[in-house]
This record gives sequence, structure tokens and C-alpha cells, in this order.
Amino acid sequence: MSDYETQKATWATKVGHAEMLKGGVIMDVVTPEHAVIAEEAGAVAVMALERVPSDIRANGGVARMSDPKMIKEIMAAVSIPVMAKARIGHFVEAQILEAIGVDFVDESEVLTPADEQFHIDKHAFKVPFVCGCRDLGEALRRIGEGAAMIRTKGEAGTGNVVEAVRHLRTVMGGIRRLQSLPVEELMTAAKELGAPYDLVVDVHKTGRLPVPNFSAGGVATPADAALMRQLGAEAIFVGSGIFKSSDPAERARAIVAACTYFDKPDKLAEVSAGLGEAMFSLDVRKIDEADRMASRGW
Amino acid sequence: MPVRIGVLSLQGDYLAHAAMLRQLPGIDACLVRDAGELGRAQGLIIPGGESTTIGKLLDRAGLMEPIQQRARGGMPVYGTCAGLILMAQRIEGTEQHRLGLMDMLVARNAFGRQIDSFEAAITVPLLGGEPVRGVFIRAPYVVEAGLGVEVLARYDDRIVAVRQGVFMASAFHPELTNDVRMHRLFADTVRSAPSDGR
Repeated sequence: MSDYETQKATWATKVGHAEMLKGGVIMDVVTPEHAVIAEEAGAVAVMALERVPSDIRANGGVARMSDPKMIKEIMAAVSIPVMAKARIGHFVEAQILEAIGVDFVDESEVLTPADEQFHIDKHAFKVPFVCGCRDLGEALRRIGEGAAMIRTKGEAGTGNVVEAVRHLRTVMGGIRRLQSLPVEELMTAAKELGAPYDLVVDVHKTGRLPVPNFSAGGVATPADAALMRQLGAEAIFVGSGIFKSSDPAERARAIVAACTYFDKPDKLAEVSAGLGEAMFSLDVRKIDEADRMASRGW
Repeated sequence: MPVRIGVLSLQGDYLAHAAMLRQLPGIDACLVRDAGELGRAQGLIIPGGESTTIGKLLDRAGLMEPIQQRARGGMPVYGTCAGLILMAQRIEGTEQHRLGLMDMLVARNAFGRQIDSFEAAITVPLLGGEPVRGVFIRAPYVVEAGLGVEVLARYDDRIVAVRQGVFMASAFHPELTNDVRMHRLFADTVRSAPSDGR
């Protein structure tokens, strides 16, 4: 019946899973009840964590992987994929998350890094990984390490989309620049970007990242989500933006609709109406460099 | 006049399907998010994605009935993975939204969670020649196929591709490979289907 062996957890199944999430919204949830609200609103996946980024920011201290018990409860509560976060470089947290059976691991700057030099070797895992980036070089380094999905970082927990816009524009601009270069300039470009040469050549040829390119960090409204989609993000992560707002279920549903109809202003006007208060937000310029999450990772 | 096939584009890997269709001579692909766009399509693909999400968005977009109505009138429909789930009349353990066009019972996430996702060679006799490279991601399979449902392929004794009249469904994702044969088979179905009177 088969003329080659069945292979589990291949690169195609990892990137393919990210493909399935396109056009959707991945929502941060801290309880099974939140997860059910997110699923009901139309989330394509949930990110299980103990505290949303705005609370991590407020509480301070070391932010770590969530309790496996709580992640399992969320996995039991919904049928959509469940993601969870490991600290940058903390490959044992990632091993634990794989053992639990989560569907995606986010090697995330929202948690306190465990290694300030090296990220996780993500090719060594069966579970796919998503990683954050601020520019094209960082995206290609993470893909080189085995990330099957990239999300621009933005500045998590601020309710301020400005950094998400900056990072996505930087990535997209980097891609356009590589596309325009003659082949003989690509090695120098790879050196300058600090990115694997093969991936630089790939982007030059295709005009896109070799894995899906999502957006995170600061989306608080349907308009923010549609803005990121129009700028080129293929799906949206929403962290504090939903469950720190006054009416999470309605806002979640509106952001889902905004992701689908991102280029239809009439529809966006309709879903943006009467949502109540957005989350408490921060001016990123007033956050100390040391308190910024996006600058974690390299 | 090219034949125009719509790809339901509420969520999922719809652009991969559109890219496959555009490789076929005489086929035009269009993205479908509302009833107006559906009206311009002669056939429809339901892509991979999250079946619960796509089902809710179909309901909220008011697309459920228009698609069911066109399908009853003879419009060909092909679903992959989440699309297969949405094509089924019966889904194990859930009351989630569905189009329910095919007489079958399906199980969701039936091979396990993401770490159990796999690739395997799948023989589809109807396509002849080489097996297709089946990419299965949190995939469903068909537990029971009704009398009128033709089994197109099995993996490990499980039904993973089916056809019932002008409706097709596969648990795997041909749109994530370079093999256009499943899409060609569907395009041929659309080409030869009589106008459904839209």
C-alpha cells in the first residue's frame, strides 16, 4: 500500500500546522474557562499561560513556563490546538511541553530568558516551534534553528500596536530589499543580516519567509488586527488585549472577524462598534529599555 | 472562458489551494468570503484550517445556506482536512457547525495531536500511477462511509479520501505538496458538472 515509510513530525507537518492557522487569531488564556470563551469566539488556537503579558509586566520577577497541570486542563477543555511558552534557551521546559503534548511551543521573550547566548535547537523536537523576531535577520536565524512559524514580537502587554507595526514593516522591508539584490550581493547581505545564506537565497527567490509569518505584541482592537493583516501578517496573536478588556467574548469575536475581513472597511466598522473599553495601555516610549520584552533574544 | 473555482477564504490555508488551482490550465481561482463571491464560483474548495473556526465563520457570514443550496443544485465541493470534517453529516462527539453534504461519520484529530502528525504515501487508484504524498496534520478520518460514498483511498485501513457524486473530501493536504492530481480531478468534476442554475 505504501512505498515509503510513514514519517512522523516532519518539517512539512510542522510548517503545515502553521499554514492551517493562517487567517486566524491565537488567543492567550489563563484558565480553561477563558479557553472555552476563546474557542467559542472562533480562535484557531489558544496560548496557555499563567499570567497574560500585562500581568507579567506588572508583577515583575522571573516568568517561567506554566504549570503542566494547568496546561493539561486547558488542553482538555477545548478541541482547538493549544500552544504554550518556554523560556528562550530553556530546552528542558520545551521537552516538558512536548511530553505534555502541546501542539506548538512558543520560545518566547514574554518569559524571562534562561540563556542569554543561545536559543533552543528546535530541529531536535517533534513539536513545532514559533519564535519572535524584530527584523529579517532574527527571523531567519530562528528558522535556521528550526522554528516552523515566525511572529513579529511587538511589545507584549502594552495594548500598543506601535512596536508590532515597526517590527513587521522592518521584516517586510528586509524581504523587499533582498528580492531586489543581484545574486552576487546575497552572501554579503547574509553576513550583514547574521542569517543563514541558504535562507537568504530562498527569500531572494520567493519574496517571502520560508514559514508562515504572524504578528504579536500590542494588538488591542479589531482595527489593530486588520492593520497587521494589511501590512502582511498572515495571522494574529492576541495576548492581554482580549481578557484585559471590558467584554472579552465580544472583543474576541470582533477580532476574529477583523482577521477574516481585514481588507473590508465596512465590515471592520460593523464589528468595531460597541465593544466597550479596550485594555489598559502603555506608551512604549515611557518603558525603560531594561523592561522591554522585545529586546530579549538576539 | 476559464472555469472559475472558489476557495472558501474565512480562515485556513486557502491561498495554498488557490495557488494549486492556478497551476491548472483553463482554471481560474477566486477567494470566497461572502454570498456575492460564492455566486461567481462554479465549484468550491473548503480548505484546511480549524474546522470549528471555519464552521462558526460560515454561520456568522450567512454562507451555510447559500453553499448548501448551491451544492444541492449540483455545485461540486471539495474539502481537505477541516474541509472533510465540514463536509460530513456526522462528526463524532461534537455538535459543531457543518455543511453536512456527504453521508459519512468522521472523527476529528483521529490520529492524535500535532506531534502525531505524519506523512505517508497514499495510493489513490483513481489517479493512477504514483501514490500521492499524504500530509496529515491533526487529521480526521472517515469512520463510516454511507452507501453512496465511494472510498478513494485508505491509510492503515482507515478511509482518508472519499467521493459522493460531485462532492470530494480528503483527510490529507494535497495543497501542501507539488502534486496537482487531486485538484485536477476536482477541476475535471467542475468542468463536467452541468450548470447548477445559479
